[in-house]
Amino acid sequence: MKQLLSFIRKEFYHILRDKTTMMILLLMPIIQIILFGFALTTEVKNTEVAVLAPTNDDASSRIIDRINASAYFDVVKRIQSTDEIEPIFRDAKAKLVVVFEDHFAEKLHQTGKAHIQLIADATDPNAATSFTFYASNIITSYQQELMGATANPYQIIPEIKMLYNPQMIGAFNFVPGVLGMIMLLICAMMTSIAIVREKEMGTMEILLVSPMKPIYIILSKITPYFVLSFVNFATIMLLSVFVLKVPIAGSLTSLVAVSLLYIFVSLALGLLVSTLTDSQQAAMLISGMGLMLPVMLLSGMIFPLENMPVALQWLSDIVPAKWYISAVKSIMIKGLGITSVLKEVSILVLMSIVLVGISVKKFKIRLE
Amino acid sequence: MIKYLLKKEFKQILRNSFLPKMIFVFPFMVLMVFPWAASYEIKNLNLSVIDNDHSSYSHQLTQKIISSNYFKLTDVSQNYSKALKSIEKNESDIILEIPVDFEKNIVNGRGGKVMISANAVNGMKGGIGMTYLVSIITDFNAGIIQELLPSAIGTNLTPTIQIDTQYRFNPHLNYRVFMVPALMVMILTLLCGFLPAISIVFEKELGTMEQINVSPVPKATFILAKLIPFWIIGLIVISIGFIIAWAVYGLIPAGYFSTIYLFAAIYILTVSGLGIVISNYASTLQQAMFIVFFFMMLFIMLSGLYTPIDSMPEWAKWIAAFNPLKHFMVVMRSVYLKGSNPIQMMNDLLALIGFAVFFNTWAVLSYHKKN
Repeated sequence: MKQLLSFIRKEFYHILRDKTTMMILLLMPIIQIILFGFALTTEVKNTEVAVLAPTNDDASSRIIDRINASAYFDVVKRIQSTDEIEPIFRDAKAKLVVVFEDHFAEKLHQTGKAHIQLIADATDPNAATSFTFYASNIITSYQQELMGATANPYQIIPEIKMLYNPQMIGAFNFVPGVLGMIMLLICAMMTSIAIVREKEMGTMEILLVSPMKPIYIILSKITPYFVLSFVNFATIMLLSVFVLKVPIAGSLTSLVAVSLLYIFVSLALGLLVSTLTDSQQAAMLISGMGLMLPVMLLSGMIFPLENMPVALQWLSDIVPAKWYISAVKSIMIKGLGITSVLKEVSILVLMSIVLVGISVKKFKIRLE
Repeated sequence: MIKYLLKKEFKQILRNSFLPKMIFVFPFMVLMVFPWAASYEIKNLNLSVIDNDHSSYSHQLTQKIISSNYFKLTDVSQNYSKALKSIEKNESDIILEIPVDFEKNIVNGRGGKVMISANAVNGMKGGIGMTYLVSIITDFNAGIIQELLPSAIGTNLTPTIQIDTQYRFNPHLNYRVFMVPALMVMILTLLCGFLPAISIVFEKELGTMEQINVSPVPKATFILAKLIPFWIIGLIVISIGFIIAWAVYGLIPAGYFSTIYLFAAIYILTVSGLGIVISNYASTLQQAMFIVFFFMMLFIMLSGLYTPIDSMPEWAKWIAAFNPLKHFMVVMRSVYLKGSNPIQMMNDLLALIGFAVFFNTWAVLSYHKKN
């Protein structure tokens, strides 16, 4: 035990005496969570709209005013002919063109039928679906107003309730996601070089001839990073509650417990990379570059997992971030108890056992 | 002199046991796997229905929703709290509650009501699910109204505006068409950003930097010799990307390859320049990697890859304007989908040239031969 403690002290010195790295490690999550918390949102806001209204009448200008007045759109340009649509999209001047037909108001009032064409730049398919939906809603609401108070008696009115996040704030979704990603990547990158570094520096030989068991070496490598990661977790939580205003709806204790477990898994993952590679360069590239994309794409942080091909869904099962993010969403946003995330917790426990197990097994006690 | 330096750099890369593998395997992996994952398409939302009415209307409505392709009926719950449980367990995404006397009230002209509760933890997904459901209900409603309302009143009095929607450049709203060019940019950024960042620090840690420092090699020549290999690697990688995009996804740019190569050539210089600047300041590999990692995350998240730039707050748009990745991403997507040419993207071109000059000048200036 005394041996272990002095080894842990040694590892702490390693980190504490490299001030630059420590500053980077502590500041990076702060900047990232603030930036992403505020900037990452999929809400449609101020989409640029161009309008083509050959006849300038009251009905079309009312609709244009409404579109312009909504928070979703800004009418930036009026065009005179359909030939101008293509260049507008090419030069990215507008994302949506609203085309009224000739004599729009006249047709609307006399024949009771008029056409509007919504032409969207669908380079980003999802944004295109949402903003055309909003635009048609605005037009439909105008039409309903025309029909007046004589609303028909057979109307079905949907009452809508958005659970857990009534204002549909993007941060509610992104905070757990960014938390899961930053913690995993930073933890894995920190520990991944821990053992390789000793190999490269030549100090590994000293460790190997010491009476320490591999498991103790590994544990003492993990401990300081564990403390550091917990500090990071605490700052991220404080920022998300007080700056981003994402409340913790469930119990703080279970949130902390799950997070500690997750930190341990991430560190163990880094250690595994560390025991498997033989240069710092390779270790860093695998844990930094190699993990970044899978964690971003396969954790459900940004893209919904349900729609992926089955093979990818299986693949996503081995990404620890997926389980952690799901647990954080349940506890932090939905306010559920620890019992509802038992599945996630047991999978994370299993992962940590497997990862540490392989690391210890692969830890070579002989030099090559 | 540059010839020998280049020879050295290439040997350093090619004789490394890990780097050449990484350079070839990474683009393949990313382009084969991730376009399938990166999809926002929202289909098969899990729907939980609470039907308190059990009438022919409520059955028709449920049928209509299920046959719409967007929803999958996961369960029919007895009451709201049971349905809520299934949302808590992530088994369903949205609840539709049809109240008692739904049909009776409509037929008697008192109007109907349905309750929709959507899981909005992911606001985007909840919102889209809700809008799909509402539009199906409106459609169903229109059918009922036509059935019940005397036809004479129905058509003449109500002015209707017909809305046609046209999606340009990507008429089938295929997400892969949108993501593949973006992923090519990501690969280029990661490879040409991370690798140069390592290269100088690596020499510092190995101690070979001192040999360069005591040699008569001019500073600019040394930096240039570090840049050129990554420039060539980058251009090879993007060509591999073109081939995969064509062979696997059938994607060919609507514009010219030459446009992409022009922008790519400038872009690679920009990211590699940044990598070398970081490499000059960092004293250990770890520091270099963390700083690059920080910038890469920033670039990627604020590039419009995942969330549209238009929805960001003003200050974030300003940061994004200084993000080289964002400019190149816009260029790739425009050339692939819209067939834009360099003149239409002059702003992006100038911005990228500006960044390239800035970072590479900085790289030369921040390299000191004295310790």
